[in-house]
Amino acid sequence: MNKVLMKGNEAVCEAAIRAGCRYFFGYPITPQNEIPEYMSKVMPENGGVFLQAESEVAAINMVYGAVGAGGRVMTSSSSPGMSLKQEGISYIAGAELPCVIVNMMRGGPGLGSIQPGQADYFQSTRGGGNGDYRHIVYAPASIQEMVDLTMEAFDIADLYRIPVLVLGDGMIGQMMEAVEFKSIKPIELPDKDWITDGTKEIRQPRIINSLYLDPDELYAHNLRLEKKHALIESREVRFETQGLENAEVVCVAYGTTSRVVKNAIEELEAEGIKVGIIRPITLWPFPDKAFDEISDTTKALLTVEMSMGQMIDDVKIASKGRWPVHFYGKSGGLVPTPTGVKESVKKIMGGK
Amino acid sequence: MIEKVIVAGFGGQGVMAIGKLLAYAGMLEDKNVSWLPSYGPEMRGGTANCDVIVSDKMIGSPVLTNDATAAIVMNLPSMNKFESHVASGGKLIINESLIDKKATRDDIEAYYIDANRIANDIGNAKAANMVMLGAFIALTGIVEKQSILKAFTKVFGEDKAKFLQLNEKALDAGSQAVLQQISKV
Repeated sequence: MNKVLMKGNEAVCEAAIRAGCRYFFGYPITPQNEIPEYMSKVMPENGGVFLQAESEVAAINMVYGAVGAGGRVMTSSSSPGMSLKQEGISYIAGAELPCVIVNMMRGGPGLGSIQPGQADYFQSTRGGGNGDYRHIVYAPASIQEMVDLTMEAFDIADLYRIPVLVLGDGMIGQMMEAVEFKSIKPIELPDKDWITDGTKEIRQPRIINSLYLDPDELYAHNLRLEKKHALIESREVRFETQGLENAEVVCVAYGTTSRVVKNAIEELEAEGIKVGIIRPITLWPFPDKAFDEISDTTKALLTVEMSMGQMIDDVKIASKGRWPVHFYGKSGGLVPTPTGVKESVKKIMGGK
Repeated sequence: MIEKVIVAGFGGQGVMAIGKLLAYAGMLEDKNVSWLPSYGPEMRGGTANCDVIVSDKMIGSPVLTNDATAAIVMNLPSMNKFESHVASGGKLIINESLIDKKATRDDIEAYYIDANRIANDIGNAKAANMVMLGAFIALTGIVEKQSILKAFTKVFGEDKAKFLQLNEKALDAGSQAVLQQISKV
């Protein structure tokens, strides 16, 4: 048996190392401190670089530099720290560079709390920085899935030259589960013919930049990005569905919250109430097409989040008004409960 | 078969450690496991607890909310906090060395283990947590003692193998103490 019991924060590091990540820049913040701790030990053992930056802003700009030189690079933080990184992420997306970013979300706004949260959905999916950019967002629900997605994230980032955000929360970071590090199917990647690793006097200099002073040039760049985003939307959507057929209510939940919902669904089924679930694995691109699988007889949708309701916007967009969309959530570091989900479902069904 | 157990005490009593051992042992037996620690600005001497689930089925939420099948409480604040978190019919395993109080509910099974004294008697007061774990696995049968012992060096490192014998004694003593209690009932 090749399974090991690991904390989410440590497992995500191990996955990154195994995917060839050799540069990590970060700054401590709870609840993801085991990430820099683990990286500080394991990176040097693997011939890589671990560097604790003087701030999150510095760390993300170190990422910008290191990916520009062709490295496989990761940084991590938690909510308030992620806010600080947004400028750098916009620059990296603007310069079309690949990197992997981990956010173990905590309560907000501001410094919020150190307990788990999912209130960075808007920041993660709407572009927390300036400008017309997107980046891929993976939302794993188990440590095994986080490991698998993180290993793939580096390839996907390279393939599209785009940042990939692995979005967890304090719970998945702190908890331990059994994981197995499986080798992933390598995908064919284009040559990195854009990196600035020195001309060695045999080629023209390359420039990595996100500044386009000529409006026509910037517009052309925006159109190119838009085309890339459309390609990603057509190819990289991931989701899981369960029990949609004949479901009276369909829940939509991602990450750890989806596990709470699954408990509630099991309990409701025992009471004779059929509830299905759509679990987005990519938050961007959002799995709009999953909603086409919902049956016409379904009465309503219920979005469950560890926030005051953010993904609900995407659920409304994706479901195109075909069903009423309800919300149940908790925030502030509190976790939605199966009982809360059950009560919401019953309320929707008219107190049955 | 599923056990959802809260392990609680003060920092330094090894509550996180026995939670990890239990989860690791479950994994070695090819069961699904999760271990979720409380985390916060606490430090040594503060409260510590973790939720451990060992199950034959896929594990949903790793958070236990009043649906624990058992709680192992090592000190009084933990008992006060977590007695209500045990589901009806569940088990409350109480470290009576430090808790001079009886369970207040009659819809759960309460077991009283003099864990600190027992650990002291076998040679190391620090093994009180293992005494409690021994009682828990004897009561529930959720994992084998051998799996806990196999997990021991995986969790704490090969250099701790020298403590295996003592810890096995502690598990046995905890098991004995709880089984005696059942036979008395």
